[in-house]
Order: sequence, then C-alpha cells, then structure tokens
Amino acid sequence: MKLTRRNLLILSSAGVAATAMGSLPAFASLTDDAITELTGGAALGEGAITLTAPEIAENGNTVPIEVDAPGAVAITLFADGNPVPNVATFKFGPLSASRSASTRIRLATTQNVVAIAQMEDGSFQKASANIKVTIGGCGG
Amino acid sequence: MASGVKPRVKVPKTASAGETITIKTLISHKMESGQRKDDDGNIIPRSIINRFTADFNGQNVIDVTLEPAISTNPYFQFEAVVPESGEFTFTWYDDDGDVYDTSKKIEVS
Repeated sequence: MKLTRRNLLILSSAGVAATAMGSLPAFASLTDDAITELTGGAALGEGAITLTAPEIAENGNTVPIEVDAPGAVAITLFADGNPVPNVATFKFGPLSASRSASTRIRLATTQNVVAIAQMEDGSFQKASANIKVTIGGCGG
Repeated sequence: MASGVKPRVKVPKTASAGETITIKTLISHKMESGQRKDDDGNIIPRSIINRFTADFNGQNVIDVTLEPAISTNPYFQFEAVVPESGEFTFTWYDDDGDVYDTSKKIEVS
C-alpha cells in the first residue's frame, strides 16, 4: 500500500478505534476481578435476580437503582465504568421481608451496572443493566 | 464531617403482626468520594458513610456496606417484617468514626 494521505487517514482512525476498544476490557476486567473475588470463581446463574435501573440517566450523580433477589442473603452492586467498581453490598438479616433494596448511585459515564446475589444455598446469581449517562457523576 | 448530618426515616406507626412494611431512610451527608479535585488541583480527601444498619428489637433487617459510588445524601428503601411491637434502630457509620443513629417505634395491633 502506498502511503497516500487517504491511506494515512484510514490507518490512523483504525488505530484510534483499536485503542478505544482496548480501554474497554480494562474496565471490565477490574469488575470481573472484583466479582471473581466475591464468588470465588463460581458459576453465575441468571433469572432469580432483577436489577431495575433507568436506561438513560440524565445526571450521573444520582441514578436510582433497585435490586430484587428472592432467597438472597446478600447482593453486591458493581459499576464497571467507575474508577472503583464496587458500589454497595446489601446483607439481609432475619427480619428482612423481600430481599430487595433501592438506593441512588453515582456513575462516572455510560456503563454497565452489575448485581451479584449470593443465594441461601451458596450459589450466585447475576443481573446487569446498561445505563447511558448524560452528565457524569464523579466531579473533576 | 460532623456538622449538618441529619438522619430522616419513614416507618409506618402501626402494622399488623407479621406484616411486611416498607422503610425509607435518608441521611444528609456530602459523601466526598476522594476522586474530586479542588480549584488548586488537590484531591479532596474521601469522607463518606461506609456502613448502614437497620435493626428491629435487636434483630438485623439489613446491613449495607457503602462505597464512594453511593450518591450524596445516601437513600435506602427496603422492606421488613414486624413480628411484634417494638423499635427500629437505624445506624450510620462515618469514615471519621462518628456514628449517627435514630430510632422509630411501631405498634403491632
């Protein structure tokens, strides 16, 4: 290929795209590491946990999130695009009625929020939601 | 941060035995994440509430571990079973060692 201006443009844009793709799994793996640490690498089931979140959050400073996992002893929330993936852990006591809770979280950018529930039998359930954030919520 | 922290809790005044009730809690706290910078570019140190618990007559309802990704003025909504009349106690633990608590009585008819 001759190094014309057109080819140079194609090359450079491909390079930018590759860098962008490369940065995404870096975030994801941080979350994956945190999840593996929590579950000990156990298989993640799906279906018994519901994560309710808005599709689009105008303000990343307060994004309402609701998790519901009947039969769970604990639910942990992760946000894979935040500087620190951990968001919160809910542990349910004997007087907790439904194993659900809602709160408001900060999201730095458009990203996936992942909820991992530890069930009474020791298995784990996973649910995730992609949330588009218009204005990020980490300041700076 | 020990100034201006005010817990607010919404619990029904009465319930029937074994009923499921919804509890809403909010505490005014700026939840400084430790990621922000001030005008001079210095990082503002983290100052958050790191734990919240709700108990009824000494039995636990929910125990939440909070990270900096929880919004300013942490809000929680959850459900509890009330087997008998008694008192809910809500406790928030601050990074600086402060503990804030409040309690609400509920009558079971």
